[in-house]
Amino acid sequence: MENLLQQLLNGVTWGSIYALIALGYTMVYGVLRLINFAHGEVYMMGAMTGYYAAHWLGFAGEPSLLGLVAVLTASMAVCGLLGALIERVAYRPLRGAGRLAPLITAIGVSLLLQNSGQLVFGADPKFFPPLLRSREVFGAGEVAVSNIQLTVLATAILLMGALQYIVQRTRFGRAMRAVSYDAPAAALMGVPVDRVISGTFVLGSMLAAAAGILVGLSNPKIDPLMGLMPGLKAFVAAVLGGIGSVPGAMVGGLLLGVIETLVTGYLSSTYRDAIAFVILVVILLYRPTGLFGAPQTEKV
Amino acid sequence: MRGALRAAVCVVSLALGALACSGGKSGGDVIVVGHVASMTGDTATFGRSADQGMRMAIEELNAAGGVLGKKLELVTEDDRSVTEEARTAAQKLLQRDHVVALLGEVASSRSLAAAPEAQRAKVPMISPGSTNPKVTEVGDYVFRACFIDPFQGAVMARFAMNELHAKRLAILFDFKQDYSVGLAEFFRDTVRKNGGEIVADERYTSGDIEFRAQLTTIRAANPDAIFVPGYYTELGLIAKQARELGVNVPLLGGDGWDSEKTLEIGGDAVEGYFFSTHYAADSDNPRVQEFVKRFAAKYGATPDAMAALGYDTAGILADSLKRAGTTDGAKLRDAIAATSGFDGVTGKISIDPNRNARKDAVVLQIRGGKFHYYRTVSAE
Amino acid sequence: MGARGVRIGALVGALAALHWLAPLVLNPYYVTILARIGIAIVAAVSLQLVNGFTGQFSIGHAGFMALGAYSSAAFSVYLGAGVLDALGGGALARLAYFPFPLVCGGLVAAAAGLVVAVPALRLRGDYLAIATLGAGEIIRIAILNVDAVGGARGFSLASAAHPGIDLRFDSLAGVYGVAVVTIAAIARLVYSGGGLAFRAVREDETAAESLGIPTTRVKVEAFLVSSFFAGVAGALFAHSEGYIHTNSFSFVRSFELVAFVVLGGLGSLSGAVIAAATLTAAPELLRGLGEWRMILYSLLLITTMILRPQGLLGQRELFDFGRRRGAS
Repeated sequence: MENLLQQLLNGVTWGSIYALIALGYTMVYGVLRLINFAHGEVYMMGAMTGYYAAHWLGFAGEPSLLGLVAVLTASMAVCGLLGALIERVAYRPLRGAGRLAPLITAIGVSLLLQNSGQLVFGADPKFFPPLLRSREVFGAGEVAVSNIQLTVLATAILLMGALQYIVQRTRFGRAMRAVSYDAPAAALMGVPVDRVISGTFVLGSMLAAAAGILVGLSNPKIDPLMGLMPGLKAFVAAVLGGIGSVPGAMVGGLLLGVIETLVTGYLSSTYRDAIAFVILVVILLYRPTGLFGAPQTEKV
Repeated sequence: MRGALRAAVCVVSLALGALACSGGKSGGDVIVVGHVASMTGDTATFGRSADQGMRMAIEELNAAGGVLGKKLELVTEDDRSVTEEARTAAQKLLQRDHVVALLGEVASSRSLAAAPEAQRAKVPMISPGSTNPKVTEVGDYVFRACFIDPFQGAVMARFAMNELHAKRLAILFDFKQDYSVGLAEFFRDTVRKNGGEIVADERYTSGDIEFRAQLTTIRAANPDAIFVPGYYTELGLIAKQARELGVNVPLLGGDGWDSEKTLEIGGDAVEGYFFSTHYAADSDNPRVQEFVKRFAAKYGATPDAMAALGYDTAGILADSLKRAGTTDGAKLRDAIAATSGFDGVTGKISIDPNRNARKDAVVLQIRGGKFHYYRTVSAE
Repeated sequence: MGARGVRIGALVGALAALHWLAPLVLNPYYVTILARIGIAIVAAVSLQLVNGFTGQFSIGHAGFMALGAYSSAAFSVYLGAGVLDALGGGALARLAYFPFPLVCGGLVAAAAGLVVAVPALRLRGDYLAIATLGAGEIIRIAILNVDAVGGARGFSLASAAHPGIDLRFDSLAGVYGVAVVTIAAIARLVYSGGGLAFRAVREDETAAESLGIPTTRVKVEAFLVSSFFAGVAGALFAHSEGYIHTNSFSFVRSFELVAFVVLGGLGSLSGAVIAAATLTAAPELLRGLGEWRMILYSLLLITTMILRPQGLLGQRELFDFGRRRGAS
């Protein structure tokens, strides 16, 4: 039983990372109907930026809360800009060009970031500096909870809460929802669609960057290829929750994290990566709109 | 049909034309030796280390007058850590550069791709660090300068049971790397043969960063020690997460741990753990100390196991050339096969009838954030 | 019939000449590169059928190649070695034997193609892409776990029971013969009257459906044929290399194939051929390209999609594949 609790804790913590990344996918898909393949690489850039920021700002040696916050802010800012840049350069020119061209371009951007990352950062894994000292906060029998896991969970929840607020309670959020509902109509109503889309990319990228930092904190090994698998799995999580739905992405991420952990722990870790894809196929077969999504009719 | 034919002909002639311009290196007063290495890509650190070790050895040999009155030249061909590229790299070295011998590769899968080419061309090949037994089974021109998985797996198994008195053992291996799969298999066999029990057998994939699920399962099985025969790339995190979960039994490993990154990423978490490898940088053997000093002076870093193995591989080749008295393939092959008691920095090396190196392994312990020599296990 | 017979005769003659001359004139390194080009052509053309002509974006193609490679290798090692041994292992016997592992590889891959197609074809565009990527990865991980074909250690094309038999088949004539057959078959399929259905599905699936075209069947057919030839490409690869490892069939390989097809022009067989040949030969010709290769590919992809989305040839062909004028 305690084992199960531990695994659940592991799963939820890990899943919150997926949730943060999945939110970026789901928001961009909502406004553009585009799967931003390069999103996983933004997560990687978040981790890398955090690594360099920690060293340049001098927080690498001493763990401190201030260091964590500073690095988080720096990384989120840089990656927000990166996200906007990607949208502007790679996706905007293809706005009317059907579904295929942006998809291929997105794959291209993803590959470009991965391989440039290898060239610029070096292919060797780097050790993310410990911005928090790891302590066991709470141990009840077999269940061990570390302060780092709690930090990851807390930060993720905070960020998701902030996003939910932005989406539901601010003008920008309303504009975002309008564009995802019906972009041409929103444009006709005076919504600055281009800026809203840029803003969506910025928000999503900031969350991905935060995920990168949190992963740096709890699994401190980072490398330029670290974004591919989590990116794909976070996409699956977004689909699981219902692509286009913000609460869906959150739930999908947590669910995927838990399923993955339980399967790895109780069955076999051989298929850890495969699980996500199996879930994807099953969901798309039996409930393509996901858990929270609204049914979409295809307009002829 | 005609269109397809024309297309094919065009392509072939274009390609032929383009490839037709390429010369080969002549013999002259230089002995050309080839090195197939992963200088870029996933396992670039291993390839580069081995290359550095070889280059240093060759520099020293040339400074002392060379071999057979000629200077040695090392031509390195990068296979980008891609399996089939190892084969083309070998072919290039054999066909274009007419090398007298092939050194490489560090990864068994790539050695297996390259070895058949060397065998076919009747050019001797020595792998510095491939531990899969199959590599030397390719043919009688293929050798290796390191011990093989069965030996190393058994070393740590016996160490765990005899030295640490561990009866209940857990394994956490990388099932995507044949090195790890092989070591785990022989560890398992040895443990069972000696009356021990494998209480947990978990796996992960290289590239994973999250191991808490597997570690939680292992923890529940209550082992006395955990064997983690993977690479340093994952080891640091595994150790950290194990400690976080309250796992306090020792972790054991193989030469895949041998890198400064283990200490860098693992930090406090790897304190007290043991692993087997080819040599100890802090050994009081004067030959080793000389090597470490010169390597640090030349490259600015402590040599790791691959560098030391590269160094010895080049050394064995040079020694064999001297004994053979010629660069002729067959005679060189025989000389390599007859290597006995070669005094390398990774120990006294003899090539056994299966063309594997018979040499001792050392067990190192991590103490105070450094690798420390703990014990030698002889090649029995 | 006469003209066609002459052409086929010429083709066979050319291939025979290639078969006997190549080992004399070219050294093994060149043979390997040319073989890889031929294999890339087969794989690219097979992908073109699904991606370019039917408009179903599949990006997990390396998985089918892997299945073809491994199943044909297993066929040769466990079955073929014995057969060749019994037949004496002479040149003629080998020539007669060679098609079998190829077809075996193709069939296994096609079976997988069917399994993937059935769920995947309910998906559109981006979802299909991700699902096929996932399928490719699942296949690769599954193969990694089969000990009988080596698992993480890779699989050598050498039979322990029949050690003297060389199971490798590095005849350039064989590879290019298969390439010609592949191009011809797919050209036949796509540029025939019935083949218009593929392109109809690509252009507008709903309209095609309403015109009575059985879109699902068309898509499944495309997947089947495409994965069959991908399997054949994989089998060629296995028998040419002599040793295979799942590392050679990762998503990087899938992306490379996608790049060939997109850069050559989605919907052009000649484009796929040219792109596959050029991009496979390039890293060998340009030394030091190493680390920059993938960066160049991705930049090429991005700029192509933005500046010239039809790729090199768009939907045009350089060679006359029997296309009827006006029936595009």
